[in-house]
Amino acid sequence: MLSYAFTDEQEDLRQMVREFAQAEVEPLIEDAERDEKFPVEIIPKLGELGLLGIVFPEEYGGIGLDKITECIFVEEMAKVSAGITASVNAHADLAAFPIYKFGSDEQKEKYLPRSIAGEIIGAYAITEPNTGSDAAGLATRADKKNGGYVLNGRKNFITNGTICDYCLVAAYTDKSTRGEGISVFIVDRDTPGFEVTRKLEKMGHRSSDTAELVFEDCEVPEESLLGGKEGAFTALMEALITGRVSHGVKSAAIAEAAFEAARQYATEREAFGRSLSKFQAVRFKLADMATRIESAKALAYKAAWLYSTGRPCVKEASMAKFYSAEVAEYVTREAVQIHGGYGYIVEYPVERYYRDAKLASITEGTSEIQQLIIGKEIGL
Amino acid sequence: MKIAVCVKEVPDAGPAKRMDPDTLRADRSGDRSLNDFDLNAVETALRMKEEAGDGEVVLVSMGPDRALESMRKGLGMGADRAVLVTDEAAVGSDLIATSKVLAKALEREEPDVVLFGQQASDGDGAVLWSAVADRLRMPVISQIAEIDMSGGEVSAKRQTEFGYDRISAPLPAVLAVSDAINEPRFPSLKGIMQAKKKPQETLSLADLGVGADSAGTAGSRTTVSALSDPPSRGETLTIEDDGSGAEKLLDYLVERKLV
Ligand SMILES: Cc1cc2nc3c(=O)[nH]c(=O)nc-3n(C[C@H](O)[C@H](O)[C@H](O)COP(=O)(O)OP(=O)(O)OC[C@H]3O[C@@H](n4cnc5c(N)ncnc54)[C@H](O)[C@@H]3O)c2cc1C
Ligand SMILES: Cc1cc2nc3c(=O)[nH]c(=O)nc-3n(C[C@H](O)[C@H](O)[C@H](O)COP(=O)(O)OP(=O)(O)OC[C@H]3O[C@@H](n4cnc5c(N)ncnc54)[C@H](O)[C@@H]3O)c2cc1C
Repeated sequence: MLSYAFTDEQEDLRQMVREFAQAEVEPLIEDAERDEKFPVEIIPKLGELGLLGIVFPEEYGGIGLDKITECIFVEEMAKVSAGITASVNAHADLAAFPIYKFGSDEQKEKYLPRSIAGEIIGAYAITEPNTGSDAAGLATRADKKNGGYVLNGRKNFITNGTICDYCLVAAYTDKSTRGEGISVFIVDRDTPGFEVTRKLEKMGHRSSDTAELVFEDCEVPEESLLGGKEGAFTALMEALITGRVSHGVKSAAIAEAAFEAARQYATEREAFGRSLSKFQAVRFKLADMATRIESAKALAYKAAWLYSTGRPCVKEASMAKFYSAEVAEYVTREAVQIHGGYGYIVEYPVERYYRDAKLASITEGTSEIQQLIIGKEIGL
Repeated sequence: MKIAVCVKEVPDAGPAKRMDPDTLRADRSGDRSLNDFDLNAVETALRMKEEAGDGEVVLVSMGPDRALESMRKGLGMGADRAVLVTDEAAVGSDLIATSKVLAKALEREEPDVVLFGQQASDGDGAVLWSAVADRLRMPVISQIAEIDMSGGEVSAKRQTEFGYDRISAPLPAVLAVSDAINEPRFPSLKGIMQAKKKPQETLSLADLGVGADSAGTAGSRTTVSALSDPPSRGETLTIEDDGSGAEKLLDYLVERKLV
């Protein structure tokens, strides 16, 4: 049986997030984008409404729902602000979720309830100045010392780096095995030797903070080792499939916001004595945009459904992230085009959508890396 | 404390509202939601219950059976249950007929407080609360901007065009709140998940002992005889501001000896 229907509760959630995003997120965007500052005050508000704990069990203050439901939240948030959504996703999908999945009971107790309530913010640091796609090529080391570890290395492009209360940090504990020798540490922000050296200026997603971190003789106790054992990295990387599914929905949502603005504009703006929407070339463009968005969403929600029902979805998650990124770039570009000169002016939101869309093919595994994964999945 | 909140499903606020030329009534076929003004009433009820430490908040409405979908929002915000009067024979009820049905449904609940929004965004009557209060023989305070429930009575600040009235009344009472009274909360995700499982009762006119002839078109003393577009505003002038807008406007007014 094939069904595309969302449940009543999911529809109600969509409505609630839509209203919340309009009332509480939209007014923050202008300042946040201009000042390149993530509005941290949104985090406890999201926590209070249960929106940071959608997929987490009730014992940690979550709601215990599925990935599909979480995707609805991501979609409605991203239609309003991709940047703010990126920071929220990094916190929930990349920092809190791995703790839930691999953390010890003590780690879950310590970090999950407060993360889900929005009292603390998490970050996740794999990428380094000299390695990104080739994650196993990272250089940060964690050497045993005094019953704990001492971290040394640099991390780059870390979302929430400037505002986090804790950060998951990937570092080699065993240099002799490439990839397998990488462990993950939960490092509290106030640990001596954990420095935020630079906040990065970005082309898009400006309302999300991205930073360079330095770990210099940063001593952490043994209890900070994710799951209490070394070598958690490879399993963690596999778990990050959930983030790819979110990206599929998020990028499609950026495209949809741009499409909606262009559709509206095309009906209002006149040229040569009629509204733009009366020109077949513009109509075909909008029809094409709408079709691509629809297929991107269908693929992303299929991946979410596979994930939610415990089915394998490595291929579909990568396809969703890859395809939605293409759609987002295409649709936002055409949306700017339909706006003509106004599309290039900051007063109109389409130029932001265009800049925001470009990140989709880069972060959390570039489009090329997604294609490598898809290639492997289709038996090449 | 038992608090009843009268809520109404209305056509969505967004698109232009339309009248159905065949029935001469509002077109209710599009997207619908709970009347925004009623969210202020639900919020007031929830705060009363929270302050009292216990109690029950019941949503009461008359409308088509699908109105329960809109009422779920109030349940998601925290109301305890919903009562919907729905009946083919109620279709076409005017204000007087609606007040009759709602009063019957409210009598059955025996609430200490009956809350209303200030107006429905489709009908914009802003009168139902007074009609209902009259039928229930209860005191009514409208346009409430502030409310205090201590001491077993209600004391309210009523917004008027010239300032505020301070009015107190014994309970039970009918209270219509203004939209300035509070910021309604969003339903939380937990609330949304619980909403569908909360008791939701549907009643017919017969269940309330209301005869079919005292509701709906039959029970309504008003009839809508015709619909027409508002008269056009006549000759208008649009001045595009290309830098000389103010000058043009002044010229126009001077020409007509208006300044
Ligand atoms: C705004 C932003 C936020 C980010 N947030 C985080 C975060 O929170 N945490 C974190 O750890 N990282 C984060 N990143 C880093 C991001 O995940 C990396 O930028 C990404 O993985 C790419 O790595 P790189 O920049 O080193 O590019 P490189 O790996 O150097 O890639 C350069 C180019 O080469 C291509 N390429 C590389 N290898 C191959 C191959 N085998 N075949 C074909 N093409 C290849 C890539 O696709 C890309 O086009 C963020 C980045 C940005 C821009
Ligand atoms: C001839 C005629 C036929 C009509 N036919 C229909 C019809 O078929 N269907 C229809 O929906 N309307 C119909 N109406 C409109 C209907 O009478 C009014 O919508 C209704 O009486 C409420 O008036 P209002 O919307 O102006 O509410 P207001 O007086 O502005 O509402 C004030 C408050 O009353 C409460 N309230 C309003 N309506 C309800 C309700 N139904 N249930 C619970 N609480 C409520 C809310 O708290 C609201 O904030 C008809 C009106 C006329 C004159």
